Amino acid sequence: MSFAKIPKSDQLIQINYAPPQTSWMETPVDFRPGTWSYSGVAKNLTYLDLPNPRVWQPSDVDWKLPENWQAIILEGMKERLEKYRSFRLFMDVCVRCGACADKCHFYIGSGDPKNMPVLRAELLRSVYRRYFTTTGKLFGKLAGARDLTIDVLKEWFYYFYQCTECRRCSVFCPYGIDQAEITMMGRELLNLVGCNINWVIEPAANCFRTGNHLGIQPGGVKDMLEFMADDIFDRTGVRVNVPINKKGADILFVTPSGDYFADPGTYTCMGYMMLFHEIGLNYTFSTYASEGGNFGLFTSHEMVKRLNAKIYAEAKRLGVKWILGGECGHMWRVIHQYMDTMNGPAEYLSEPVSPITGTRFENAKSTKMVHIAEFTADLIQNGKLKLDPRRNDHLKLTYHDSCNPARGMGLLEEPRFIIQNACNHFYEMAEDTIREKTLCCGAGAGLGNDENMETRMRGGMPRAMAVKQVKEKHGVNRLACICAIDRATLTSLMDYWVPGVKVMGVHELLANALIMKGEKERKTDLRGESLAGY
Amino acid sequence: MIPMKNIGLSIIAVVILLAISVLAAVKEWHAFLIIFPYAAFVVFLAGFIYRVVKWWTTPVPFRIPITCGQQKSLPWIKNNPVENPANLWGVIRRMAEEIFLFRSLFRNTEVEIIDGRPVYGSAKWLWFFGLLFHWSLLIIVLRHLRFFVEPIAQWISVLSAFDGFFEIGIPTLYLSDAAILAGLTFLFLRRVVLPRVRYISLFTDYFSLLLIVAVVSTGILMRHFFPTDLNEVKNIALGWLTLTPVVPQGVSVVFYMHLCFVCALLAWFPASKLMHAGGVFMSPTRNLANNNRMKRHVNPWNGPVKVHTYEEYEDEFRDKMKAVGLPVDKE
Repeated sequence: MSFAKIPKSDQLIQINYAPPQTSWMETPVDFRPGTWSYSGVAKNLTYLDLPNPRVWQPSDVDWKLPENWQAIILEGMKERLEKYRSFRLFMDVCVRCGACADKCHFYIGSGDPKNMPVLRAELLRSVYRRYFTTTGKLFGKLAGARDLTIDVLKEWFYYFYQCTECRRCSVFCPYGIDQAEITMMGRELLNLVGCNINWVIEPAANCFRTGNHLGIQPGGVKDMLEFMADDIFDRTGVRVNVPINKKGADILFVTPSGDYFADPGTYTCMGYMMLFHEIGLNYTFSTYASEGGNFGLFTSHEMVKRLNAKIYAEAKRLGVKWILGGECGHMWRVIHQYMDTMNGPAEYLSEPVSPITGTRFENAKSTKMVHIAEFTADLIQNGKLKLDPRRNDHLKLTYHDSCNPARGMGLLEEPRFIIQNACNHFYEMAEDTIREKTLCCGAGAGLGNDENMETRMRGGMPRAMAVKQVKEKHGVNRLACICAIDRATLTSLMDYWVPGVKVMGVHELLANALIMKGEKERKTDLRGESLAGY
Repeated sequence: MIPMKNIGLSIIAVVILLAISVLAAVKEWHAFLIIFPYAAFVVFLAGFIYRVVKWWTTPVPFRIPITCGQQKSLPWIKNNPVENPANLWGVIRRMAEEIFLFRSLFRNTEVEIIDGRPVYGSAKWLWFFGLLFHWSLLIIVLRHLRFFVEPIAQWISVLSAFDGFFEIGIPTLYLSDAAILAGLTFLFLRRVVLPRVRYISLFTDYFSLLLIVAVVSTGILMRHFFPTDLNEVKNIALGWLTLTPVVPQGVSVVFYMHLCFVCALLAWFPASKLMHAGGVFMSPTRNLANNNRMKRHVNPWNGPVKVHTYEEYEDEFRDKMKAVGLPVDKE
């Protein structure tokens, strides 16, 4: 990875929080290299039937918008104001108290006032007031209203693709105004005139066609999983099964494709496979539903539904009883808060019951999908796993709560329970940076690309610094998380801000400690690194 | 600097209102005491209801609570029933904490970069003065009911007695009057002094505060420095209420001012951010239980979308699937 264009970390930390001399309405956006993402490629838009496919870049003067783009956007706003109470309410009730301002990791890392959630939302609110409120129509700027110009649209693009929809601001807002909701609306509107980023649209198009974001075809999925099974054999001497598209399995397992595509996600995936083998779970992977993540969430509600539909469809086709989901952040926002509403009810599935412990997962009885951390925590609690935490003694671990499971679900204790049973050296980061106040990796919501690296490093700085603190205090060398995007993006973030700290999934940690029947003496962890004290 | 313009304009707006009220008093426009209050009240009531109904009738397609604590999952894991409510009772408690105690604002922190690292310090002043202001306002509004009910209900007298508990000065200084001034002063100064908050502040932010400052200060002036005939005020108020408005006699100029600001506030309310008073109850991120996977939420406008079916998928990849030995539905 190249950081050529990015200032060194000691320069990047010199952040100027003084607002500019010009008011925000009169400060146009500057598309500085390193701070924005490349536009969506035409063929991907075409594949998804999205409007206005063309060749363009955000840094161009002419964005090649349709003639009537203002009318399209305003019509789109009107429609969404009528369909979403959240949108209408959040446009109306903000009092600009500013409590959200320094809660945003992008603001903390950049000092750019338009990264304060309140102002990011005002970018959209000012247009709302101008066209949809009486005071705005009558008094214009005095009422905080402004015309929808091309500069405003460019500003939307820049700042709505500089928000990771992490919802941290909303925790502190007296009215629960959720910037993620506003960003989602902003991106939907931008999509109506063909303004989106390729790092979102290409995965979405891939996912629609091949079932996963990375565009891996059925044979590729099989190859990778079997390759991992070989690695597991090398490390443990145990040959695990790789059930794929198996009709009559009890459980369909769906995980983000990042888990079987590249390190360090693959180690987490190996962890799942070892666990399922050890407990004798009758499960299956699917190549059609080979993606838990959903980049539709970063495009539009309609796209969420289009991409998510395959999970229930595949569960029905394979005749499984219920669905188990892997470690992923935004995937779980979709599964937990959208899937049942959008593509349910899944009456052909049954209420999830663990075949190993008999535990009934009451909390998932309608959606019929269980989080792997819930599943594994239940196994440990019921004494179904033999764990040797000393096998993780070479690690000093801290844990990053991924935004969506923390603030869109409340999955806080399950992963900690697993961690505490699987290792001996676990250190929490500072109170204000974990659980519901967790700080984003800075690259979620489709921003984890390389051209956007400066923004990523700025946005991830608060998280990185919290890691740095426990590294200096306790010698932490490993950062655990339950999100595939985190596993990829935190790795770059650590390399930049806190070199020496590596990133892992919770199920990789678990699999290191998992004593398997018939295993050989374990000399190394899943990565092939020597164990301490063995 | 342009943000200063908003402060200036809001001061001018308040001065204009002041001028109008003085003019009305001097010229003895009795109609001012009759038409203006009715008009303001009708605008307030109709506007408030209109805004709330508009929100209420807009669907909530998805259940999107923000969770600020452990979910209810396995029985042996202790969940947080308020910060992550699993049922209606939890939601009621969460909303009550939010509305009466400003729970979320209590979490407020302030970030500073110290030694090359962000440090999160406690910052409860906004919470404290915000709460002080809102509670004082509520007490003051309730106290004023004594002008609208005859005989004065006992609880209003008790409330007033408590509010004047320390019996400072004659007439007794109400604690709520002092508290609301403290709250307003903090909120206004904060907006003007902190560069970041000034940068985001609009005309409406300053004007709303100044309007309430004007209402409160004229009220205090009337009570402590320019006494007006309270019996006459009550006659006027009861006259409005019984739809038999009376022509007032002997009310002071300050009363005209006070009334003018109150009416302006009422009329301004539904068109402004002050509607957060109604909106706070309706936020789908707060007033819904996090029981998504337990109980299906229904989207009233849920419709079909274009999906890529398994059949289409297999049609494209069948040969490749067969080649690697993956099962297929159609040979």
